[in-house]
Amino acid sequence: MKRRESLKGLLIGTVAGATAMTGCKTDKQIKETIYKDLPDYGRTPEEKDWDKKILEAEPFFNKHEMETLSILCDIILPRKGDHPSATEVKVPEFIEFIVKDMPDNQLPLRGGLMWLDTETNRRYNKQFSSCSKQERITVIEDIAYPDPDLQKPAMSPGISFFNRLRNLTLTGYYTTKEGFKDLGYLGNTPNVWDGVPQEVLSEHDVQYDPEWIAKCVDQSKRDIIAQWDEKMNLIS
Amino acid sequence: MQIKESPKTYDAIIVGSGAGGGMSANILSEAGLKVALVEAGPYFDPKDPETMTQLKWPWESPRRGAGTKRAFGEFDMSWGDWEVKGEPYTHAEGTKFMWWRSRMLGGRTNHWGRISLRFGPKDFKHKDIDGLGENWPISYDDVKPYYDRLDKMIGVFGSKENRYNDPDGYFLPAPKPRLHELYYIKGARKVGVDVIPSRLSILTKRINKERGVCFYCSQCNRSCRVYGDFSSGSCLIFPAIKNGGQIDLYTDSMVKNVITNDEGLATGVSYINKKDRKEYTLKGRVVVLGASACSTARILLNSKSSQHPNGLGNSSDIVGRYLHDSTGAGRMGFIPDLMNRKTYNEDGVGGMHVYSPWWLDNKKLDFPRGYHIEIWGGMGMPSYGFGFNTSELNKYVGEQIGGYGDKLRDDVKRFYGSVIGLSGRGESIAMYDNRCELDPHTVDQWGIPVLRFNYKWSDYERNQARHMTNTFDEILEAMGAKVLGDKPTKENDYGLLAPGQIIHEVGTTRMGNDPKKSVTNRMQQLHDSKNVFIVDGGPFTSQADKNCTWTILALSMRTSEYIVEEFNKKNL
Repeated sequence: MKRRESLKGLLIGTVAGATAMTGCKTDKQIKETIYKDLPDYGRTPEEKDWDKKILEAEPFFNKHEMETLSILCDIILPRKGDHPSATEVKVPEFIEFIVKDMPDNQLPLRGGLMWLDTETNRRYNKQFSSCSKQERITVIEDIAYPDPDLQKPAMSPGISFFNRLRNLTLTGYYTTKEGFKDLGYLGNTPNVWDGVPQEVLSEHDVQYDPEWIAKCVDQSKRDIIAQWDEKMNLIS
Repeated sequence: MQIKESPKTYDAIIVGSGAGGGMSANILSEAGLKVALVEAGPYFDPKDPETMTQLKWPWESPRRGAGTKRAFGEFDMSWGDWEVKGEPYTHAEGTKFMWWRSRMLGGRTNHWGRISLRFGPKDFKHKDIDGLGENWPISYDDVKPYYDRLDKMIGVFGSKENRYNDPDGYFLPAPKPRLHELYYIKGARKVGVDVIPSRLSILTKRINKERGVCFYCSQCNRSCRVYGDFSSGSCLIFPAIKNGGQIDLYTDSMVKNVITNDEGLATGVSYINKKDRKEYTLKGRVVVLGASACSTARILLNSKSSQHPNGLGNSSDIVGRYLHDSTGAGRMGFIPDLMNRKTYNEDGVGGMHVYSPWWLDNKKLDFPRGYHIEIWGGMGMPSYGFGFNTSELNKYVGEQIGGYGDKLRDDVKRFYGSVIGLSGRGESIAMYDNRCELDPHTVDQWGIPVLRFNYKWSDYERNQARHMTNTFDEILEAMGAKVLGDKPTKENDYGLLAPGQIIHEVGTTRMGNDPKKSVTNRMQQLHDSKNVFIVDGGPFTSQADKNCTWTILALSMRTSEYIVEEFNKKNL
């Protein structure tokens, strides 16, 4: 960090109208207090203000809506073996955040939840959350698949709603540690890429062309400083 | 309000700290000139943990990477995107231009794709070939020595291919292709499309002791903490300061206009300090504009004086004209053979490992200029949007779309890494009527008149886009892919993206030998004011089917060394 400190020092020392820079430390201290409970992922001050506003806002979904949402999320992704269910990795809480971050989702989700209750009221004379497992699945089966030819037009609003909720549930789930584990994603970590594993090449019936590979990096020499001859050939 | 004047006189004032401005600051300060580097955004260093997003996990953010506050996703390292709060731009009726601005030290170089292609001999003289547009007043041979030095100074990987119009350089070795790229190579070759290793300014091998080597996280768009990729801060500005260069950084300082004297020469710039909202002036013997093609045009147009009544450098009425961006269109495909993949860490460099340079002769085609093909795909890191409509791929394997429960969970896994995308990036023709100009009715929050864009594509670009999407479908089918989405039609310009969307704005202050038809001379010096130079994409006479940054850098090096020479000869 030393170099950065010195660069910042230089910055402060030379800016005309250095008034802009004075008092910076106090500002920073104040900001640290304001933002201390916020998630830290490289935000600008303006972005921190936005996060803070959302995280401290009143809940959008009421208790009943949240309960229904949780049941639905776990129908979409129930626990399977060692892999947790959607509610176990807090997908409903993620959706609660997203509808405030992207308000366009608010009306379709609220309306969709209400539509679902109306539908189960019509069929079973009770709200979705009070239905039996079997009753719930009966309704879900009617809205879980697209109906491009409008064979059951009365279900259309439910189909759109469920599609949106399925998308948000999948995204909320597979962007968690547990979701990565289920998927088998192994990156986002320092690595030295040295080609597709041989067994995968064989499985896909592809191979590296020797002429191509000759142009590629020899990872054992990656730390040796590059040098070229005058004909542009790399010689180190 | 009293304007505050700086007591110091700089040898050079550089406006903008991106590729052009950063290179100029590096060269001028190394030569011993006293430099003020003025940037409209805040300070930024890719290694600062406070602002760093590289290697963050999606769950570290409550929105999991969504683009609510940053158009390319919240981990993308660009402060500012198509919109900058309080700094609007407008459009002439019925036209569209999308303008990306990064307000930060290093500008857009912090997040760009690092695709670093030299322009070829034909690219500088394309009018000779098809009679369209204008030739550059310089040739490949004039720029080659600078490209050569740039390769060694900043580092770019690639391969020697001996292609006439895609000149080789001093390349670092290329990374090995990934599985989807091997499929692409196979498919492209089957239909006669050339494929070669890509050329990106990322260090696959060490070039000096100061910068680290790529560790393959595929996140160059988040800016690299070990300086393993090129950004203007990490490769040009910080090293210059470290080497004792006399560079004063003025951040959060929005330049409004260039100040000129009775002889019409520049004496400095006027800027707004965004922190205290006051106006300041800086004095300098030379002004170097590298604010971006459009921002530089705006500054010039806002620099009206009795000597330059139409704006500085604008006696020709050419400033802002000939604005052009690369063309863009794309297609996606689903490859059933890539279902149920064995997973392993497939993150590579930030971007593609292979690409297709332009391979055809336009004489046989119904559009005048070429394009190159970029490839994306693989088992990338999930973030917001992952899983959206994944189940629709079932339609290509004869299974039910939609659903829930364990079947859905299995779908997500079996389709993971099976989609590939091809994007074309091509050359448009620079047109006199495609321009940005001052909007007489609108100012930004700093009181500065804003730009109004007036840009329309022609059939040259539409026909090129049609060729792109037809070709992509052929390649995808040859790879064994099912093409996704409806085929673009005439009604939607054959999938041609809006002007500006490829973020290669160039041409607004084009260079030429005739002061009536160009803004700068062949050294990127204003015809109308000899101590003002332009080092961004503005002086580009034409764009080529290449990304513009490597040429901006080479030309900025060339212009900056010319400034030093002229300075030493006391001509400035």
